[in-house]
Amino acid sequence: MSDEVIEASGLRKVFGKTVAVDELSFRLGRGEILGLLGPNGAGKTTAISMLLGLITPTAGRIRILGREMPKDRVAILERCNFSSAYVNLPSNLRVRENLTVFAKLYGVKRHRERIAELLDLFEVAPLAARVTGALSSGESTRVNLCKALLNEPELLLLDEPTASLDPDMADKVRRILRGVQRDKGISMLYTSHNMRDVEEVCDRVLFMNKGRLIAEGTPSEIKAKFGEQTLEQVFIKVARGGDLVAEGGAA
Amino acid sequence: MSMHWGRVFALVLRYTYLYRRSVPRLIEMVFWPVMDLLVWGFVTAYLLQLRPGAPGLVTFLMGAMIFWDIMYRAQQGLSLSFLEDLWSRNILNLFASPIRLREFLAATFLVGLFKVLVIGTVLAAMAMGMYHFNLFDVGPALVPFFINLVVMGWAVGMVTVAIILRFGIGAEALAWAIPFFLQPLAAVFYPVAVLPGWLQPIALSIPATHVFEGMRHVLQGGDFPTVMLVHASLLNLVYLAGGAAFFVFMFRSARNRGHLAKLGMQ
Ligand SMILES: Nc1ncnc2c1ncn2[C@@H]1O[C@H](COP(=O)(O)OP(=O)(O)OP(=O)(O)O)[C@@H](O)[C@H]1O
Ligand SMILES: [Mg+2]
Repeated sequence: MSDEVIEASGLRKVFGKTVAVDELSFRLGRGEILGLLGPNGAGKTTAISMLLGLITPTAGRIRILGREMPKDRVAILERCNFSSAYVNLPSNLRVRENLTVFAKLYGVKRHRERIAELLDLFEVAPLAARVTGALSSGESTRVNLCKALLNEPELLLLDEPTASLDPDMADKVRRILRGVQRDKGISMLYTSHNMRDVEEVCDRVLFMNKGRLIAEGTPSEIKAKFGEQTLEQVFIKVARGGDLVAEGGAA
Repeated sequence: MSMHWGRVFALVLRYTYLYRRSVPRLIEMVFWPVMDLLVWGFVTAYLLQLRPGAPGLVTFLMGAMIFWDIMYRAQQGLSLSFLEDLWSRNILNLFASPIRLREFLAATFLVGLFKVLVIGTVLAAMAMGMYHFNLFDVGPALVPFFINLVVMGWAVGMVTVAIILRFGIGAEALAWAIPFFLQPLAAVFYPVAVLPGWLQPIALSIPATHVFEGMRHVLQGGDFPTVMLVHASLLNLVYLAGGAAFFVFMFRSARNRGHLAKLGMQ
């Protein structure tokens, strides 16, 4: 079995006249955290949705954990999980009920212990009996992350998972994600508009703009490529410069 | 066609929690049919006063109401389950999990069946206690009638969900509207014969029409409604296959056009 967790080649998605993702090729290795950056509308969510089988690519090929998406969708998704700031757990169920449902959906063994462990990890154990809809957005983000780790996924796809966390909690969550990556070797693909997040968490970064991959490398390589001090400056440069391409690096 | 029952029951558990948690949903589930039954019960009582000696002809109004609700609830089991997941923005959590479409359908079918059994029992008991209408007077055809109505409800439910998938939450009213669009055609409270000639073939192409015709036939003292049941069952096979094909087609198209992903994040 290959050591690549994701191999995407020539991914393309066209919605009517919009090219949301264009010739996107990348790899994600085992135990790696890969950041997916880019301005609004760059195609990040579309790319993640294709990896999850929620959107069918117009062209291109996706292999996850050595299997083909969407052909082996079920076998792949059993070993992955997903969390997004824009996707919620049912608001009228209690936190523990929601986690129980998803534990059973993912066929988690000894789910009570697993749920207790995760609630502790994300410091939300006191909320277990609360109705999910009554949680603050930071609390529900952490409960969503509990759901995302239930099945001990080998690949975690996170679409802006820290969008609503305060700086303290964002820091804790980054540490936790780093921790599970280190302990369990989980691979992650991570989109965020928080450059701090990205610099601290990601081993490597893909920079997208208008559907295309315009730069790829470690955060320091990317900064060096664009001749900027921070990823934030790189980001602004890309967003304002339209099709601007990294010095020396062709798109 | 492999089916992972653990995942089906995980989803059933999700809806069970929902109904256990939500008193308004529980009340809503029985409130409308009970109100309907009260109205039709008193209408029947009144008609019996006007025309004593013709009970067979009028009591079927109550049977019709109960039968209609069976079809309606089976459809709602599917379409409301889907809407609940849309409203709570949970749909992508579900479809990013290893659930298969047929497992999702099986779970919502079971939820529909459960609702039908609960409401059917409540209504039958009320009709018996308050109006001396015994649903079991329908006789041995009761079970095949019931099955046909539930199956048609599932087929209509699949079409409803497929359309909501395409047009989004803006189309949610269809979950309630589609069954009532069919109601005048399905000859629920009157025989097909009273419909204008050009409408009759359309009415006869609906499985439920044959169930309602069969029910009136039996309640008027007719024998076992074999022909009507055969018609209803054959049409239902077509409806079920058509509904499932339409559902799968629309789901595929939603994955292509990105509607599934967009719908889940709105
Ligand atoms: N279902 C759809 N139908 C039509 N166009 C779509 C659809 N989904 C996405 N798009 C378009 O595709 C492009 C990429 O969108 P996407 O949501 O992937 O961007 P993103 O990088 O996630 O942006 P953001 O940072 O705002 O979340 C946008 O121009 C968007 O309008
Ligand atoms: Mg996005």
